[in-house]
Amino acid sequence: MQQSNTYIITFSVILTVVLGLLLSGTSQVLGPMQKEAIALDQKKQILGAVISGDEIAAMTPDEVNAYYGSHIASTVVDVNGKEIAGATAEGVDVAKNYKKPVEERQFPVYIFHEEGNVSSVKSYIFPLYGAGLWDAIWGYLALDTDMNTVGGITLAHAGETPGLGARITEPGVQARFTGKEIFNESGELVAIQMQKGEGKDYSSNPHQVDGMSGATITGNGVNNMLKNYLGYYQAYIESKKSSTAVAAL
Amino acid sequence: MSAETIEKTIEKKPAEALFSKRRKKLVSDPLVDDNPITIQVLGICSALAVTTQMKPTLVMAISVIFVVVMSNLTISLMRNTIPSRVRIIVQLAVVATLVTLVSEVLKAFAYDMYKELSVFVGLIITNCIVMGRLEAFALGNKPYDSILDGFGSALGYSWIILAVAFFRELWGSGAVFGIPVFEYVSSLFGPDFKLATNGLMVSPVGAFIILGLIIWVQRTKTGYVEH
Repeated sequence: MQQSNTYIITFSVILTVVLGLLLSGTSQVLGPMQKEAIALDQKKQILGAVISGDEIAAMTPDEVNAYYGSHIASTVVDVNGKEIAGATAEGVDVAKNYKKPVEERQFPVYIFHEEGNVSSVKSYIFPLYGAGLWDAIWGYLALDTDMNTVGGITLAHAGETPGLGARITEPGVQARFTGKEIFNESGELVAIQMQKGEGKDYSSNPHQVDGMSGATITGNGVNNMLKNYLGYYQAYIESKKSSTAVAAL
Repeated sequence: MSAETIEKTIEKKPAEALFSKRRKKLVSDPLVDDNPITIQVLGICSALAVTTQMKPTLVMAISVIFVVVMSNLTISLMRNTIPSRVRIIVQLAVVATLVTLVSEVLKAFAYDMYKELSVFVGLIITNCIVMGRLEAFALGNKPYDSILDGFGSALGYSWIILAVAFFRELWGSGAVFGIPVFEYVSSLFGPDFKLATNGLMVSPVGAFIILGLIIWVQRTKTGYVEH
């Protein structure tokens, strides 16, 4: 059956319009639910830095929201550690800020505290963002109140290789960071480096963690991300450090 | 030949049974004898990529079944109106729309799965099984038959990737659907006994090996030879 050009063009236009309407309609209907799912996912990731993944998995979405509401306070700072008035941490898109010059960026800080009591802080959670091998990687790092010891980390990725770089999302890999330290003995920021190769014991070195076999470049991405973002937050971290030191006296 | 066809139409055949022998064959053929993965060797890319664990594999299988069945149905319904010169692009548009729908629904209702499957849901578009069924079947057959054909092919794909995922998750992570089977079995044999997992199974190489073994077993059984 040989059709005329007019027929083909009309057919294509109608098909495009119908499919286009279908897709935009779906996107309109599902949009709010997707936004909710993304917001919930962000809360889970933030909480994941301080409580175990199994605990979060056992919670219903409402429980996650309630737990987040009663345990997490937040603030936004600039690179000098000064609080930015009028900004809400949840509203800051770390990925978008990543493209701006460092001085103009907003840096959210999430403060994990005892239930309902904002002043008894348990740990500070800092968002991270960087590049893996194929695409973006990001995460949340929790620091204990000594502003040195890592309380936990969550890592996520957009497109790392399954089974290799994508393993940064595994609890077993993330657990390697817990208890490590970001400052060395003379107080310099050295962050934490994931090493090449896998299966060695780094428990004696507070700044190194075991790597992921076959995913050295993703590991390097994690290292750079940690170094960059801890650097951006350094002023804030130092300020909290000195204030807790004063409080201890 | 024309005389024969006329005679047949005049004879007015009784309506074909809903699950006649021919229709059952449409579904059952791609399961074993004409399996898209093991015999036709289509859709290998995703079969390797998503099969490290059972759960995402199951979601992937359901997504593929949905896309293949729905696209087969849509194309079959439109088969007499589709201009033959642009048929591939029409098929592509329909498949891409369906895949986007699946991806959007996952994003709204199963965000964790959406994250885990990431690009592979989108890559259903490039799964040769989808376009292959549209070209080979849906363009020339009635809607109901096309649904059955699509369902059969997608099911043939699904059971193979689920089988691969079963062995990969069991061997690689010592679990099935996230349930730590190895841990449990090890505990039965005392505290010092530990079933080892194999990291190779988690990497794509493991999928090649498992898939190769399945193809070998299956072709030995069916006596299929490449020609």
